[in-house]
Amino acid sequence: MTAIPHRSSQGRIGRALVGHGQVLVVLGAIIALFIGVSFVNARFLSPANLTTIFSGNAYIAVAAIGMTMVIITGHIDVSVGALIGVLATVAGTLAVAGWPMWLVWLAPLVIGVAVNAAAGWLVAYAHIPSIVLTLGLLSILKGGLIVVTGGEWITDLPPGFFLAQRDVFGLPLPLVVMTVLTLAAAWWMAHFRFGRTIYAVGSNLEAARAIGISVERTTVGVFALHGLFAGISAVLFATQLTTIQSTVPPNLELVIITACVIGGVSILGGVGTVIGAALATIFFATITSAMIFTNVSAYWLRAVIGGLILITVLADVARRRGQA
Amino acid sequence: MIPLRVTDVSKSYGGVQALKPTSFDVRAGEIHALLGENGAGKSTLIRIMSGLIAPDSGAIEIDGEIVHFRSPRDATRHGVVTVHQELLLFPDLSIAENICMADDAGPFGHIDRDAQVRKARQLLAELDSADLDPEMPVRHLSVAQRQRVEIARALGRQAKVLIMDEPTASLADADVARLVAIVQRLRGRGVGIVYVSHKLSEVRLLADRVTVLRDGRFVDTREAKGMTEADMIALMVGRSISELYPKGESRIGAEVLRVDGLTLAPRVRNISFTLRAGEILGLAGLVGAGRTEVARLLFGLDRPSSGRIFLDGREVSVSSPEAAVALGIAYVPEDRGAQGLVKTMPVSANVTMASLGQLLRGPFLSRSTEYAAGAEAIRRLGIRAPRGPQHLAGKLSGGNQQKVVIAKWLRTAPRVLILDEPTRGVDVGAKAEIHALMGDLTRQGLAILMISSELPEVLGMSDRVLVVSQGRMTGLFERADATPERVGAAMVAEMQEATAS
Repeated sequence: MTAIPHRSSQGRIGRALVGHGQVLVVLGAIIALFIGVSFVNARFLSPANLTTIFSGNAYIAVAAIGMTMVIITGHIDVSVGALIGVLATVAGTLAVAGWPMWLVWLAPLVIGVAVNAAAGWLVAYAHIPSIVLTLGLLSILKGGLIVVTGGEWITDLPPGFFLAQRDVFGLPLPLVVMTVLTLAAAWWMAHFRFGRTIYAVGSNLEAARAIGISVERTTVGVFALHGLFAGISAVLFATQLTTIQSTVPPNLELVIITACVIGGVSILGGVGTVIGAALATIFFATITSAMIFTNVSAYWLRAVIGGLILITVLADVARRRGQA
Repeated sequence: MIPLRVTDVSKSYGGVQALKPTSFDVRAGEIHALLGENGAGKSTLIRIMSGLIAPDSGAIEIDGEIVHFRSPRDATRHGVVTVHQELLLFPDLSIAENICMADDAGPFGHIDRDAQVRKARQLLAELDSADLDPEMPVRHLSVAQRQRVEIARALGRQAKVLIMDEPTASLADADVARLVAIVQRLRGRGVGIVYVSHKLSEVRLLADRVTVLRDGRFVDTREAKGMTEADMIALMVGRSISELYPKGESRIGAEVLRVDGLTLAPRVRNISFTLRAGEILGLAGLVGAGRTEVARLLFGLDRPSSGRIFLDGREVSVSSPEAAVALGIAYVPEDRGAQGLVKTMPVSANVTMASLGQLLRGPFLSRSTEYAAGAEAIRRLGIRAPRGPQHLAGKLSGGNQQKVVIAKWLRTAPRVLILDEPTRGVDVGAKAEIHALMGDLTRQGLAILMISSELPEVLGMSDRVLVVSQGRMTGLFERADATPERVGAAMVAEMQEATAS
């Protein structure tokens, strides 16, 4: 998105639209939903509901940034939901134990990087397929979390803990964090060496090796970054409500992966933007909220999202088949 | 100053010497063609010069200084850039991104995209390719356009030496002419070019010097001026063929297969031939001449747009591979790894794959029959599988894998066996065994259509040789008339017309 140089030429604009078609479709769908539902129920546009949609789902969008990078490199991580749950619990436990707040907020980031860097190392150097490795990690993290917490919620959190409930410049902090991180990551991926390396590895592994890119280091780097975003996501998630449940939002990893795919990230690697993934997260949140406001059963939501995934992946496969 | 010189480099793979000590150099502003048949050692030499493999012995010099390439990246840093046959580009990145990658990134790896687009546009203009928009994704480009992007990338990396591996193998005529012009332009700029091609007319047109390899051995380096294509072929083949490939006597019987005017443009145009019981018909031609396409039509993998196929004098319709098998046509494809063998399954399962019906006991597959079939194949074809029928097919050597694929098709009791490059990538001993097996099969009355890129193999094994070039028949020779010169000339026949026009 930010990759389009500002020179006036109809061909350029046309190509920009074509190249980011999926992002525009998602954006259009969000706007259409807002307009449509606000006619049915005006309270849909109330500040409280907008905060729920944008701020309440910011942690998903932040996690989707890292996931986007992982998928573009040609990998997948199905354990990120469990990791976010563990990291949120770590933050809550440390807060209850009376640790300084800056450490409480920093710890999930550090642990997230460490865990995922190790996962990335195993994928890159031990040649374990990422889907297998992260499936294993998923079980370990989910099971471990229940064993350690005994399934209990963390409730007696100190008042200074609730970072996600604060405002910056009059806006909810999660919204600001999500926007800044998404734009920064998009810029970084389009204009910096490592960003280009990510696309290169996902687009043609052999060609990347042939020009001297270290595929292994790139893989470890991407997983580590993904861990960082998972850590930030966990802090937003942990500090937005007054309790931390030991059960992560179920299927969180699926929601994150789906957001990436619907946002235009190719499940086959090499293609996509973090902006698309962030918008798709908002799109989901908007659909969910819209269904509540129009009294549609929540079960339909899963069917609708499932349908969207299939359509998107089919379109992606068809597009790839079209290339020489 | 010689930008690239290798002296006495050699390379062995597991006891087989792929390249015996060979010296080669390329001067600035020179096109130096590298010729040889498949297996002659060309690709090994190219891999050494492009930094993909390290030689066992010998030295590489850049501008007179001895260097060691640790990787292709390292070779590029020394100004030696290779344009591979399978173009190594990133389909999802734009032309400019492919050309520049992150070559001149600033602090923190920042990339100036506008500068990259300008640089790409300038490089493309130098290659007379201003029609390519630097911001277009490479995915949308044709093979010829992708090739120009690779050449532009090489130029952008200040290539002193450009190694081009079969650059015209998959190009249409118009694109070939354009590439030839670009290569001449690069020579004019002082780039040294190593040009590998099977198309001798192109070599005659472009090359300043010619080096020929044969059987992993250096044959000669000559000035190209005054050399004819026949001279080049003589250097490339240069040996008595009948000694190497004893086909053996077999009684040639009645006509089994007749093909009349088979066409699927543009790769197959009006091909007609007959194939008799006990006969080996060699199908010769350059890579991309349409040989495999003919086989695909005969096996029902593609449908011809016109033309007729007769089996035992009756016209048949080969609508699918299943129909082909039912008619008694078997096809051992060129890429046995991808198309012929399930590597993760044992020999017995692979051998019975095309004839599962024979294993049925009621609704069940009989394991004991399967095992017996595996054991029989191992005995009959001399497959070396230490663990017997349970040996995993992927763990066999190349020659033995090929035998498994042949055994699989023999179980379908074929009348016609099509072998596409039957000995590619197998070692010398296994090659002789496969040739002996082909002789045995013809003595049992099987008719064999053999496709091969190795001229000596074609000439040594075939009772008759059919030559195709650019999809057309350009020669049909009886064994006695099939000399390397005649067959070689037919292989490049239409190419000359194309380059001349």
